[in-house]
Order: sequence, then C-alpha cells, then structure tokens
Amino acid sequence: MAELHVFGEKRWMRVVLIGVAVLLLVVMLVAPLVLLFAEAFARGIAAYGASLMKSETLSAIGLTLKIAAIVVPINAAFGVVAAWGIAKFQFPGKSLLVSLIDLPISISPVVAGLVFVLIFGARGWLGPTLSEHGIKVIFAAPGMILATLFVTVAFVARQLIPLMEQQGREEEEAAIVLGASGFQTFWRVTLPNIRWGLVYGILLCNARAMGEFGAVAVVSGQIRGMTMTMPLQILALYQDYDSVGAFAVASLLALLAVVTLAVRRFLEWRYREELGYVGSL
Amino acid sequence: MSIAVAAAPRRRNALPGFGPTIGLTVFVVCVLILIPVAGLFVKATDLSVAQALALLSSPRVLAAFRLSFGLALLAAAVDGIAGLLIAWVLVRYDFPLRRYFDAIIDLPFALPTAVAGIALTALYADNGWFGAPLARLGINVAFTPLGIFVALLFIGLPYAVRTVQPVLADLERDVEEAALTLGAHPRQIFSRVIFPQLLPAILTGIGLAFARGVGEYGSVIFIAGNMPGISEILPLLIVIRLQQYDYAGAALIAATMLVGSLVILLALNLFAGRWVRRHG
Amino acid sequence: MSVSRILLAALVLSAVVPAARADKTLLNASYDATRELYADYNQVFATEWKKQTGETITISNAHAGSGDQARAVIDGLDADVATLALAYDIDAISAQAKLLPPDWVKRLPNNSAPYTSTIVFLVRNGNPKNIHDWADLVRPDVKVITPNPKTSGAARWAYLAAWGQVLQSGGTPAQARDYVTKLYKNVPVLDSGGRGATTTFVQRHQGDVLLSWENEALLAARQLGPDQFSMVVPSSSILAEPSVAVLDKNTAKHGTAKEAEAYLRFLYTPEGQDIVAKHYFRPRDTNVAAHYADTFAKIKLFTIDDVFGGWTKANTEHFADGAGFDQIYQPVH
Repeated sequence: MAELHVFGEKRWMRVVLIGVAVLLLVVMLVAPLVLLFAEAFARGIAAYGASLMKSETLSAIGLTLKIAAIVVPINAAFGVVAAWGIAKFQFPGKSLLVSLIDLPISISPVVAGLVFVLIFGARGWLGPTLSEHGIKVIFAAPGMILATLFVTVAFVARQLIPLMEQQGREEEEAAIVLGASGFQTFWRVTLPNIRWGLVYGILLCNARAMGEFGAVAVVSGQIRGMTMTMPLQILALYQDYDSVGAFAVASLLALLAVVTLAVRRFLEWRYREELGYVGSL
Repeated sequence: MSIAVAAAPRRRNALPGFGPTIGLTVFVVCVLILIPVAGLFVKATDLSVAQALALLSSPRVLAAFRLSFGLALLAAAVDGIAGLLIAWVLVRYDFPLRRYFDAIIDLPFALPTAVAGIALTALYADNGWFGAPLARLGINVAFTPLGIFVALLFIGLPYAVRTVQPVLADLERDVEEAALTLGAHPRQIFSRVIFPQLLPAILTGIGLAFARGVGEYGSVIFIAGNMPGISEILPLLIVIRLQQYDYAGAALIAATMLVGSLVILLALNLFAGRWVRRHG
Repeated sequence: MSVSRILLAALVLSAVVPAARADKTLLNASYDATRELYADYNQVFATEWKKQTGETITISNAHAGSGDQARAVIDGLDADVATLALAYDIDAISAQAKLLPPDWVKRLPNNSAPYTSTIVFLVRNGNPKNIHDWADLVRPDVKVITPNPKTSGAARWAYLAAWGQVLQSGGTPAQARDYVTKLYKNVPVLDSGGRGATTTFVQRHQGDVLLSWENEALLAARQLGPDQFSMVVPSSSILAEPSVAVLDKNTAKHGTAKEAEAYLRFLYTPEGQDIVAKHYFRPRDTNVAAHYADTFAKIKLFTIDDVFGGWTKANTEHFADGAGFDQIYQPVH
C-alpha cells in the first residue's frame, strides 16, 4: 500500500487505534473462529475429513451451493439496477423505497420463513392451487431459494447505494454529454468506481445465502439428505452429538469466507492498473 | 412507470435509465418483499382488535419488546463506534496481519447463525475461554441478557464495518491534505472534514446492525437463557405462537416488530439524507 | 469472475450428487430424540421389505422438534408417516390438516405407540447435590435444566411428570401447582428443545440435574462419557407414549399406503422391538423387554389419560396461552 496515512495524527495515536481495533477483532471474531477449528479438529484431521465425506453432508453442501448459484446472481443484478435508480436520481419516496429494500434484513428469519408458509403452505393462499398442478414450493428447493432470496435481497443494493451516492453523478454526466450511451457509461465509468462495493456486496450476499438458517429451516422440512442445507446439517450433526462433524461443516463455511476474501484481495491488487487506466478516460 | 418518470427530478438530470431501473426495483420490491409482508399483516387481522391489544399489552410480550429493541439498539450503537474504528484502522494503516483481520470481518455473515450461537455460548459459558475468567469476577454472560448483547454485537459488526469501509477508502484525500497544510489539528480534520462524509454510512451500518439484530434468532437462542420476562426475545415468542398453531398471533407480533424496525430505519435514512444534503 | 466460477463449480457438483432414486420412497416426519433409532430402523426395514416383496424402498427421515414437525406436516410437508413425541401433535395434524381420521390412535396396537419412554434425571458424576427424587429438585440449592414446554415435547412430558407425581403421592392439585412453580423457579435456562437442553447441561455445565427422556439420558450417558454423568430414577414418573401414524391423504397421493402401514407395523415385530430397545426406548413386547430388563429401571409409571384425562385436556389446562405453565411466569414484576 502506498502512502496510507495522510492524516496528521501522532504515531502513538496510530498504535493505540490499531491496538484497540485488533483487540476488538480478536475477542469478537477471532476467538469464535479459533474455537470453531479447535472443535472441528478435536479428534484429528482424519476424523475431520471423514465427517465431511458422509453422503448426507455432501448432499447438504451440494444443495447449499445450488441455492447460492441461483440466488447470488439474481441479487447482484437487482442490486446494481436498484442502486443506479436510487443513487443517481432524486425522486419523491426515495427514503421509503430504500427502507423497503432494507425490510427483509429487519424481518426475523423465522418470520421470513413464516411468510412463505402463509403463501405457499398447504393451507396457504397459493399452496392448494399449486399443489393441484403438482408444483411443490415449500419443503422443497424452490421454497428454500425464495426464502434465501428474500433474506439476502438487500445485500448488494445496500452496499452500492451509499457508495454511488457519495460519488455523485458528475463523471457519468460528463460521459453522457460526450456522447456515450447509458450502458457504455455504466460499464466504463460507474462500474469501475463501484467495483469494490459490488464485490463486497456479492461476497456478503453469497456468504449470507450459504449461511442462512432460520428462514430456510422453516421452509425446509429438514428431510435428511434431501432438503438439508449446510447450516441445517450443522445443527443436525451437533444435536446428534457429532460435534466434530458439525464444526467441520461450520469450518467449511468459515473457510469459504476467508478464501473468497483472499480472492478479493488478489483482484484488488490485480486491477489497480486497470483502475488507473479507466481513471484516465 | 410513466407516472414515476413524470414525478421525477425537478432539476434536469442528464443520466438515462431512471424509468427502467426504478420500475424494475419497485417491481421486485413488490413481488418479493411487499406482497409477502402484506400477507403477514393480512394474517394478523384474523385477530380482533381486543385480542390484538390484549396480546401486545401482556407483560411478557412487552418485556420481550423492551429486551429485543433495547439490546438491538444498544448493540448496533456500540457496533457503529467499533465499526468506525476498525474500518479506519483497516483502511488507513498498515500493520502486521492487516489483510487477515480485514478478511475475518465477514465471519458473522459466513457463519450460520446457529453455529455462531453455539460457538459464542461455548466461549462465554461458565466453563468457556472467556466465560470462566468472567465468572470468577462474578460476571455471567451466557444465559443472561448480557449474552444476548454479545451475540448481537457479533452479528452486527460486519454491517457497521463494511458500510463505512468503502466510503472511507474512496474519500478524497486532497481536502485533508489541504487542511493539514493549513495547520489544522487532526481532531479538527476528523470532526470537520472526515466525519461528516462518513456519517451517512455509519448510520446505514447502525441501521442494518439494528435491523438485523432485532429479529435475530439462531445465534441468540443458544446464549439467551430464554427466561420469560428476563431473557426471552421476540422471535422466540413468535416461535412459541407458531408451536401453538396460533399463526395470527405470530403474525401480529411479527408485524408489530416490523413496524417498529421500519420506523427506526426510516428515521435513520431520513436523517442521513438530510445530512448529505446539508454537508454533501 | 471468481465468484461465478465457484458457483458454476457448485452447480456441477450438485448435479453429481443426486438423491438416490428407488422404486418407492417413504418420508417419516419424526422428532429429535429418534434420529439414531430411525437411522438404524430404516435400513433394517428396507432390507426386510426387499426380502418379503422384492421391492426396493428408500426411507427418508425428517427430524426437528415434535411440534415443529407437526406444523410442517400441516403446512404441506409430504410425509407418509408421522412418528412424533406426543399424541397431541398427531391430533393436531388430524384436526388442522385432516390428513388422517381423528380416531387414528385406535388403528395400531398399544395406542399407536410401539415403544414408550419416561422422564428421568441426569446428574453429574457422583451425584454431588445428592439428588434422588422429585423432592430434591425444589431444594433452593439445586438448579434444574429442562426445556420450554411451549416449544418442546420432552419438556411437556417432564412438566406433566412433575405435576403428576405430586398427585400420585396423594397431593392435591394446589400442592402440585405449588411444586411445579417451585421447580421452574430453579430452572436457570429454558432451551427451546430437548437436545438443546441436554447440550446446555452436558457441554455448558449449567445446572445440577437435567430432566430428560429416559432414552436421551441413556444415550447421552453413553455418547458423552459414562464417567461424567449418571442417571437417577425417581420413585414415580410418567409413561411417555410417542405416537406413530400413517398420514392417509399423503400416502394415497403417493401410492404408498401399503408400504407406510408395513413400515409402522414392523415396529411391533420382535425384530423391530429389538431395534427400539437397542436405542433405549422401552419395548412393548414382553419377551424383548425381558431381554433388555437391565437397561430399563423399575419405576412406577402413570399415564396421561389416568392423571390428566388425555392430551387435549392437559394441553388446555397447562400449555395453552395463559394456562398453568404461563401462570408460573406471570408475577415476574
């Protein structure tokens, strides 16, 4: 990193700030993570590996990845579209719309599941009609995807809106005036500026999609080897007194977070020049 | 959509795409969020007004509201301060293992909430790494409201850090540099130049941490103790209602919770918006 | 980008791991404490079914809290059979979703409960608090761990056991209420489920005694270290009858009525009863019971019908909104 501290604070101040931040992170985040891996490897690496290779666990991993593969791209596209409309324009009801996008985050996961049961359940508003046509939503993959979409819908948008608001729209306006089309402007001016926010948002969305528990639990029906996602499987294993198995799967999700963030680091390093190039446009 | 465009910007905005993007956004918000949530409110109306009032004013429900909202706000505020500090340190300074500390911020997202709950309970129980020394000092964390606070702090931290971090990283440094050359004190630079630009993001982070925390179930349920009137959170009351096949009661508590969260979020957004207009 | 590549790999991977397809499949909606039992039983039954009919059958199990599962079935979980912790939960399926007739309990022997269990105490090694019977649980120095009866089937049985034993030893309902109130004042943590409470007691070292299913206590003592816990059997307790039933409407839809019936009937055979007993549920079959006599302590058991007049009545009086259990926590402030 070049020239990180322009700000004129004293050296001791820096050390104190770093110290406090690191202490906070260690106590709040590192300790649970260490505990997680300590428990996962409590009976050695062989037990760790074996517990991950169980067919039920593998199918839970598969289902989780499938759900994320559907949910994350949809939410990323929605996030970009929503952020453009909201951040680049002034219109009445803007705060309300932003708050509505936030809404799923403030809905208890349990309630998010309940909402879909009310709609698609056997006694719900649409459930009976759909089941007559042989369409299963709840207690099957579609319901779990819907619940995950609902829970994560705000993630990308919420990441991009403050960023794009803060950047204003002068650059884009200049591009338009110079004759660029809307898509060109977005692609070559806006996107490079919001890349970080977008990547953060996608990562957060992905992690949350894979880690969602409460909402998915309500609509999953918890059929072993079929409608179990990784988080559900973790709890199931834990309650089977298989704490190594449970923490092994949990460590995968934690590892996923660490690895995707390492990938982000790499991208950041790689397209610094790209950023400079675009910046000189 | 044409109505939306007609009602749009008074000041001419040269950028294209307002109609389609807002149209699509409103559509998704309606289908995926508004309609399901409206269903919740419709379900709640299965109860008569008298039944609803009796349920909401019962001491246990009131105690749970106080507990869930109070602790979520408190934890979000503390997260806001801690998040600003951590984001600042991560963006501005270089120190050993910085990128690793940066990576770990997202842990509470990646970790299934139930696992977070299990891990935190294991840490803070009387026989845990942190719980044991604290217990010797006479402080019990797990199975008390303090345990709920710890879990909410954990859940909310990434929201607080990750909303501030990109904005902080994108801040134009020239104003700071100019102020510094002109002899301004770092504290003045922070409070006059940097903080005003960060505040909307900080508030957003606090809002998200609060919103997430108030309904949090998975990570809290293990560490809470769940004693009626003392450490019983609102989502648990909803689950209890569901167990009794009382969907309307569950929907009512859920809907009331939502209105409360929404009012607080709206206030934060309005405040942030006004702040941007005044300082931005 | 890398994320999409990971996701692509995910899709490929998930396509590689398909669910095994068989001629017929059954879904058993069960509760938490039967995970080990049915994991074992399903395999034995599938083998037996193949032998008898030549047909391949796959049985999936769904486990959660008993009430949770009842609700899932009511809301459309496509289970062929329900094997739940309380008859009340299957009554609810019958009443709310009409998947089976209200008199379902008469359709299989022994009140449709092929195995029973009871509520016992699990204490720490050496029984440091000297806990021997119900009276010890209300001592001021004893902390009791039991889940929330509002959300847990095991906890409902425990609550009723505590209440019923007062009546059994000649106490009045007022004394029973007094006893149960004192008991719950000694409970520092109310977990939402039975397994959660066991974890709180065993791994978090909360409390001095755990009120537990007998099968859970025996399983926990074995799985989590026999040198750490011992089981204490009270002088009397409740006869817990976990119920099983075919969900007629669902099996009709799937064409699995015959298989579902056979699946539950097999539980009553000596072979089925043996598996049941191996997993610490009390078998109904007297021969099998004699064989496992060492496992199950002699204990004076009373039934919910005798003492409480059945589940519906017990539920209204004790677990409904504002009823017995809620009243314990009323005058908090």
